[in-house]
Amino acid sequence: MNMLVTPTSPATPNGTTRPQVRIVIVGHVDHGKSTLVGRLLHETGSLPDGKLEMLKAVSARRGMPFEWSFLLDALQTERDQGITIDTTQIRFRTNSRDIVLIDAPGHAEFLRNMITGASQADGAVLIIDALEGVRDQTRRHGYLLHLLGVKQVAVVVNKMDRVDFSADRFKEISDEISAHLNGLGVTPTAVIPISARDGDGVAERTGRIGWYKGPTVVEALDRLEPARPLEALALRMPVQAIYKFDDRRIVAGRIESGSLIAGDEIVIMPAGKIARIKSVESWPVTPLGSRQGAGRSVGITLDRELFVERGDIIAHASTAPRETRRLRARIFWLHDKPLAKGDQLLVRCGPKESRATVVAIEKAVDPGELSSSENKAIGRNHVGEIDISLSNPIATDPYTENPRTGRLVIEVAGRIAGGGLVLSVDAGQRAVPVDIVPVESALRPDERSARYRHNGAVVWLTGLPASGKSTLAKALERRLFTNGGSPILLDGDTLRAGLNGDLGFSAADRSENIRRLAEVATHLARNGHIAIVAAVSPSREDRATARRIADIAFREIHVATPAQVCEERDPKGHYKKARAGALASFTGIGNDYEAPQAAELVIDTSKRTVADATDEIEQMLKSSGVLFDEVVDLAANI
Amino acid sequence: MHLLKTDSGTDGLSFAASVSEQVPVEQTAPSMDHLDQLEAQSIYIFREAFARLKKIALLWSLGKDSNVMIWLARKAFFGRVPFPALHVDTGKKFPEMYRFRDHYGKEWELDLRVEPCPPIDAVDPTLPPAARSAARKTEGLKMALAKYGFDGLIAGIRRDEEATRAKERVFSPRGLEGNWDVRDQPPEFWDHFNASPPQGAHLRIHPILHWTEADIWAYTKRENIPIIPLYLAKDGKRYRSLGDQDITNPVASSASNIDEILAELEQTKVPERAGRALDHETEDAFERLRVAGYL
Repeated sequence: MNMLVTPTSPATPNGTTRPQVRIVIVGHVDHGKSTLVGRLLHETGSLPDGKLEMLKAVSARRGMPFEWSFLLDALQTERDQGITIDTTQIRFRTNSRDIVLIDAPGHAEFLRNMITGASQADGAVLIIDALEGVRDQTRRHGYLLHLLGVKQVAVVVNKMDRVDFSADRFKEISDEISAHLNGLGVTPTAVIPISARDGDGVAERTGRIGWYKGPTVVEALDRLEPARPLEALALRMPVQAIYKFDDRRIVAGRIESGSLIAGDEIVIMPAGKIARIKSVESWPVTPLGSRQGAGRSVGITLDRELFVERGDIIAHASTAPRETRRLRARIFWLHDKPLAKGDQLLVRCGPKESRATVVAIEKAVDPGELSSSENKAIGRNHVGEIDISLSNPIATDPYTENPRTGRLVIEVAGRIAGGGLVLSVDAGQRAVPVDIVPVESALRPDERSARYRHNGAVVWLTGLPASGKSTLAKALERRLFTNGGSPILLDGDTLRAGLNGDLGFSAADRSENIRRLAEVATHLARNGHIAIVAAVSPSREDRATARRIADIAFREIHVATPAQVCEERDPKGHYKKARAGALASFTGIGNDYEAPQAAELVIDTSKRTVADATDEIEQMLKSSGVLFDEVVDLAANI
Repeated sequence: MHLLKTDSGTDGLSFAASVSEQVPVEQTAPSMDHLDQLEAQSIYIFREAFARLKKIALLWSLGKDSNVMIWLARKAFFGRVPFPALHVDTGKKFPEMYRFRDHYGKEWELDLRVEPCPPIDAVDPTLPPAARSAARKTEGLKMALAKYGFDGLIAGIRRDEEATRAKERVFSPRGLEGNWDVRDQPPEFWDHFNASPPQGAHLRIHPILHWTEADIWAYTKRENIPIIPLYLAKDGKRYRSLGDQDITNPVASSASNIDEILAELEQTKVPERAGRALDHETEDAFERLRVAGYL
């Protein structure tokens, strides 16, 4: 868990407000991690009485010279192999910090242990052998630190005794690793020349590294900042379970971010159901009247009976996470079998689990080589970016918005096989059902757009009956076609004759009508066409759904002809029938049309000619990147 | 390893503390101190275990750690322990421990299951004497597992106790024989746990793995959790860790209450399990026990 410790809290050497910082030591095998840890424990007076002597005696008994790393290599099997097997947590204190040191092994076989350790760390020490320099494993660990979100990295160049404490050699390595880390967006907090075996640079600047003016390792650790508080972020409480041990129905979970209090109105995602928190339950004292913040494991009761299940996320309605069946993630892969497109997995996002399919592998990188591979599979210990289609909708956030809910793990055969960060959430895209293999078009989107001179789009015309939607839609269709484009008209009434023939005019049927229109239009847009939808679509919520489905392709045009003008036009005679009471559920004469609040374009056809209005739509499509601007395009071709 | 002074009760650590004095209480959540954070994490682990496994039990050794565990379970489940508390009884515990078990088993409304251990002859004769004695418990545990078919056992081990325990995962898979494969532990990160043991195997769940000895005492005091009096000094000696009578020794101490224990831990460099004979027989005896399924 993250520590709720502020960097601004007073840090006194022996006081009571010592921030705790968790660090991990990473780097290539044999570059001296365990030696450094042993030396750090010694230098900070953290060894139990007699431990050093005991280990020296053991070494003598075995006829081996004493090594500092023996302190950590508590398992006999480790000593036999000469490699550290697993993460251990060791505590010591610097001047102002309590350090929990998570020792991470360097052998390539054990990368999953390094990740297990580093995922809990606030900061890291990356160790490099001065003789060997930056190696694959060094780069890989640097990359994984970046991926795991560890921002504070101190670099130590160890075994300086083996390069005669050469300042030039140190600078060479320092420049190389700094460039690598900077390329990942990580700025090393210090680069320190040391000899862990002899103690130079660990707790003191010895004469042999007299040319070095920066901090020692202990000083660098002392400057690490604890993790930042999560309480300032939006409320996220993933539901772990619902308990009914007595007459209370308790929704239990941990507040990952934000805070809550009895009386709050909350939304249960992904279902989107609204309720109020009736009480915050606890034991032995209950209920709790105070606000509960990030990090607390709590239980709440709600003011109404709703279906809530494990994996749902409790949020505040105004800052709810996005519901999705599709997301993009940057992942690290730990499984023997490479991850390939089409693979079926189990994805866990907090307590939520969903079966999933890898729809696309956008990048596959060996962080040791830092070269992208073309084979489009992510190998063991490699990283990559993938698109995932989920069989159940989940509620999540991009990790940049919420580091706690914006991460996931991937399971294969009941075992964690990888993990990663949610880069983006494709809220509009419907999932590809897990057991269906989608057939992709033979054409790439850019082939079509090169011919049509436009990108795919959904142009959605909404407005009262007789406001001029269909007229404008047809004019736009003609205009685009004349210019070589590929427009397709989807008229609401026309589609009701076929695809939507099973739907009436109840609120639910209208919503479904809009959803189907949006799905068909989005399919066309993805294939490079401009779908022009003309539909009254009076419900703001339904249009929001359409926008979610079409996502960035959506362009909403409000045909805002005054109601009176529409009724005068009445080409289909609907207003007349409705006034006579012969047409139920007719939008137009009541107040049931919910006008858009942020349409891309608003057009009043009572004040414009059709040609002018079409010009205006064309201009909007150009400026918003749907139609290609001829001038720019010409310039690009020169 | 060296034990740090805990930061229990130091509200000044937390972000919200300085703010809460200036704004109305309902605007900001009470800050979490070190013990709050440990508690919240343990509750999370308990609830994950209960949600993801079919049939679990809590191993109640009657010691300070497992008493804290029971307390945390009651917090997690709002006053109840919704699974059995299993005492694998070597028959050689201190009388005070048996009295404690019988009293609090009732008071805490535990579903207490006492399971016996096999005789010493049934245990690997190549182990040193104390380890061999302790290994009876491993055998007793295996028998209980076979009897009830648990797929998860909640155990109160801590990383700071002993080097091999430091290597543990929170959800630690065991082989069909109850054995621990330290080389092939699955990755565990971001509080995602591997909770799918193969058919017939089980998981060990360690809800207080991240606690230290000092944390246990500070929390015991704060929550007023009952303890066995053997932990407090009598005639210049006290038990820091309680096992079987014949293989557990008291350490020199004058700490007669929890505050004094905490003060003592602040100073000591003596390991917690110094009084446990089996830890000192050979370098690898403890690890061999653990690989075979010992706690």
